[in-house]
Amino acid sequence: MSMLVLILILLAGGLVAWQAERLHPDLPRWAALGVVVIALLFLLYSLPAAPVSLAADPLAGHWLLHLKLAWIPRFGIALELAMDGLSLVLVVLTLLLGLVAIASSWSEIDFKPGLFQANLLWTLAGVCGVFLALDLFLFFLFWEVMLIPMYLLIAIWGHENKSYAAMKFFIFTQASGLLMLLAIVVLAWQGLAADGRLSFSYFDLLGLELDPRLAWWTMLGFFLAFAVKLPAFPFHTWLPDAHTQAPTAGSVLLAGILLKTGAYGLLRFCIPLFPEASMQFAPVAMGLGVAGVIYGAVLAFAQSDFKRLVAYSSVSHMGFVLLGLYAWNQLALQGAVMQMVAHGVSTAALFMLAGALQHRLHTRDMGRMGGLWHQAPRMGACAMFFAVASLGLPGLGNFVAEFLVLLGLFAVQPWLAAVAALGLVTAAIYSLWMLQQAFQGAPDEWREMADFDAREMLAMAVMMVALLWLGLYPQPVLDLAQPVIESLQGLAPGANTVLALATDAAGSRS
Amino acid sequence: MSAMDFQALLPLLVLAIGATLLMLQIAWLRKPGLTGALAALVLVLAALSCRFAAETAPLQVTPLLLADRYALLFCTLFCLAAAVTALLSRDYVSRGDEPEEFFLLLILATMGACVLAYAVHVASLLLGLELLSVSLYTLIAYPNKSILPLEAAVKYLVLSGAASATALFGFALLYAATGALGFSAIGQALGETSTGQGVLLPAAVMIFAGLAFKLSVVPFHLWTPDVYDGAPAPVTGFLASVAKGAVFVVLLRLFLDADLFRYYRLVEVTGLLAIISMVAGNLLALLQANIKRMLAYSSIAHMGYLLIVLMVCTNAANQALAVEAAIYYLVAYTATTLAAFGLLTLISCDPSGRENIQLQQVSGLFWRQPLLACLMLVALLSLAGIPLTAGFIAKFYLVNAAVSGHHWVLLFSLVLGSGIGIYYYLRVIYYMTRRPEEHGAEQEPISDWRGRILSGLLIASILLLGVAPGSLMQYLRAILH
Repeated sequence: MSMLVLILILLAGGLVAWQAERLHPDLPRWAALGVVVIALLFLLYSLPAAPVSLAADPLAGHWLLHLKLAWIPRFGIALELAMDGLSLVLVVLTLLLGLVAIASSWSEIDFKPGLFQANLLWTLAGVCGVFLALDLFLFFLFWEVMLIPMYLLIAIWGHENKSYAAMKFFIFTQASGLLMLLAIVVLAWQGLAADGRLSFSYFDLLGLELDPRLAWWTMLGFFLAFAVKLPAFPFHTWLPDAHTQAPTAGSVLLAGILLKTGAYGLLRFCIPLFPEASMQFAPVAMGLGVAGVIYGAVLAFAQSDFKRLVAYSSVSHMGFVLLGLYAWNQLALQGAVMQMVAHGVSTAALFMLAGALQHRLHTRDMGRMGGLWHQAPRMGACAMFFAVASLGLPGLGNFVAEFLVLLGLFAVQPWLAAVAALGLVTAAIYSLWMLQQAFQGAPDEWREMADFDAREMLAMAVMMVALLWLGLYPQPVLDLAQPVIESLQGLAPGANTVLALATDAAGSRS
Repeated sequence: MSAMDFQALLPLLVLAIGATLLMLQIAWLRKPGLTGALAALVLVLAALSCRFAAETAPLQVTPLLLADRYALLFCTLFCLAAAVTALLSRDYVSRGDEPEEFFLLLILATMGACVLAYAVHVASLLLGLELLSVSLYTLIAYPNKSILPLEAAVKYLVLSGAASATALFGFALLYAATGALGFSAIGQALGETSTGQGVLLPAAVMIFAGLAFKLSVVPFHLWTPDVYDGAPAPVTGFLASVAKGAVFVVLLRLFLDADLFRYYRLVEVTGLLAIISMVAGNLLALLQANIKRMLAYSSIAHMGYLLIVLMVCTNAANQALAVEAAIYYLVAYTATTLAAFGLLTLISCDPSGRENIQLQQVSGLFWRQPLLACLMLVALLSLAGIPLTAGFIAKFYLVNAAVSGHHWVLLFSLVLGSGIGIYYYLRVIYYMTRRPEEHGAEQEPISDWRGRILSGLLIASILLLGVAPGSLMQYLRAILH
């Protein structure tokens, strides 16, 4: 029940924040802050000491919480939510970045602040729902519903080209989502053919015997939806526009958590539901991953717009997640989960920085920056920290993540791992380039610019501590994710043999 | 006729008596407010009487009408939709001269739609269809001082009359071949006789063309945008929801009772028209800056989605699911369409007599009229098939039905069409959320408490159908199995 309450807190909190505007224009952000803090405390409070076991289910993982209420019996749809270590990590990340997003929009929004905060909270609710839903229909519902507040955030509070960006974002995700809906329904009807009852529950659909051709197409439906969200290489074109045009808080949410829903979907649904098809598909997916790593990095280097640069760097970093997921061994999967968390934090921080710069300078063009370190040393230091985090400096979370992914990948596809490692080099180039352009050199014009204030420094400090912690002592996160990864690997066994086949095929082709 | 027969026909009787009463009231005292309220009352009473009539269902009353739960469900739906239309249009028509007869015609049109829901015989089909159409011609032309409604009405009169005549001729040919006019009798006769097969093809083509015209399926859709655009907004809402719904209801009944699914070629043609309608409707809607024209093309696409059902019905195992899907879709579509045109009505009530239906005119509506904008938002999201709205569950039903019959081509057209559709629905939403500095000062729409309550009700019903569809689904299963 507590998971449902968590989502309801966020939904109701949105309404409160919206209406709070009537009393005082400053009230909504306090209300939103309060709601997220309450949600976070509630989540920690309601965690049980020991995992619950789903006795009825042979494929039981290590579920911390599980809830199933009948909803639409006609189609065997239930309100089924469950939380394991992976969901927990991601939900906590969501709420923490929600706090960051509220902090980053603190003084930026002066048009209808109540509705803004409400949309922010509703997005958080939708994302939490995605991470918790284990009924495929419910999952799809959250998947689509979280788009609407996000669309409104971009369309109402975005920058100069917001209508184009918001529309592109929505159409890309919605159209690919429709294919996923189709795939979900096909899968459920296969389940009906197999055991005589229609059900959309994840547990009922796991381990279905599928006709290979059908499995292949269905898997593609899921993959496309998740690859668009991730975004994987050829489907990424919505991302730079949406991230650049969104208000700061919107970019933080998009990069920090919305992209992770794609990775989560691949890990939780796409690969376990279609193990054979996914393993056949793995070489292609990994190829797309490598392409994303390199392509994102190269394009990031070519940008003069601060936010666009960070957006393309996201394409590059999320390529590592795709690689880690389809390498499908423990190390790589751990790396992928770590990357989801670490990239969420570091990119959120960079977008917050970009937003702060834009708010102060009214431009995102790095050509018009330069020498900012003199005027705003605190900002410079923060930018330095997160730029080196993003390029994968040892000791910070991103390094652990990318290193694990490369290590795991090397075991299955050494050549791809070698190429992907180039991504680390290019990351160093564009990160340092960004830093040089914006913060170093002589200030080319004298401007009055306020440095980070206490509120912004607090948000930055939280994210710095998080990255340091992830980099120096990643074990707690790995421990949480480990049982999930093991049980997911149990669902898709034979991965290694198929992978060996895939490597052979790749070898014989070359 | 026994008392039970009268009970089974109660909704029609209530409507007929109501129409007479309304006529007398108008002759006695001209007062638009009173007539409007009375009309809404009659329609709500008719809707309520369906519950009472359902106690006798199913009951064949004369060879013409069958009062089963399928018919009564749609009678309820049509009467409620007409009641909403009556309440919405009160302010709209009050600005013209002598608006009272508008409500009388509305009741008559609703009665036509209800007869179509009851119809199991060609004669009742034609009676219902003509009662509906003739009332609509007048309703469309009602604001008699402007040129656009007149043009629309004449266009609809000529084309719709031709379509009715075509269908009538088709039925005559069918009668010549089979000697039967009842739907199931036609089905039986088609199975038995081998004579006169030659006229069956032209008969099928003519009947189908006539009915497809009323549904505005491509390529019989050319009247749609002009009529939608020219007709007064509340009438367009009624035309798009009730008139089309009623024709689909009777088409489905004809196919089911006469078992026309055995003619696979005919069903294939239906499927082809469905695909063309989905794609063409959505593509043409992209180009419109006029919301009414956009909704007209989108309704073409929606009729295309709905025709998928006929294709699925070919397999007897999936027939029940397909019919369920069709009913749910019609209910959801009616609520959604009423909401969309309801908004256009509510913002078009200004005394200048001009309709505010351009995209520019809803610009910034969110900040001027939040409740009305929410109504439009919910309606558009429902049309686009976004979860939590009625439209999503309806589309989900259709996808399930199509998957059960393995109709991949139709499914992909559905996905493609919906994908295209998002763009023009979202564009309206984008205009509504534009900030005050991005649009000039516009008219302040009038909206009284009646409009607010209606908007609230429509929003609630669309969301309810989308969030808690269980009870309606159960009811549908109960009446179909």
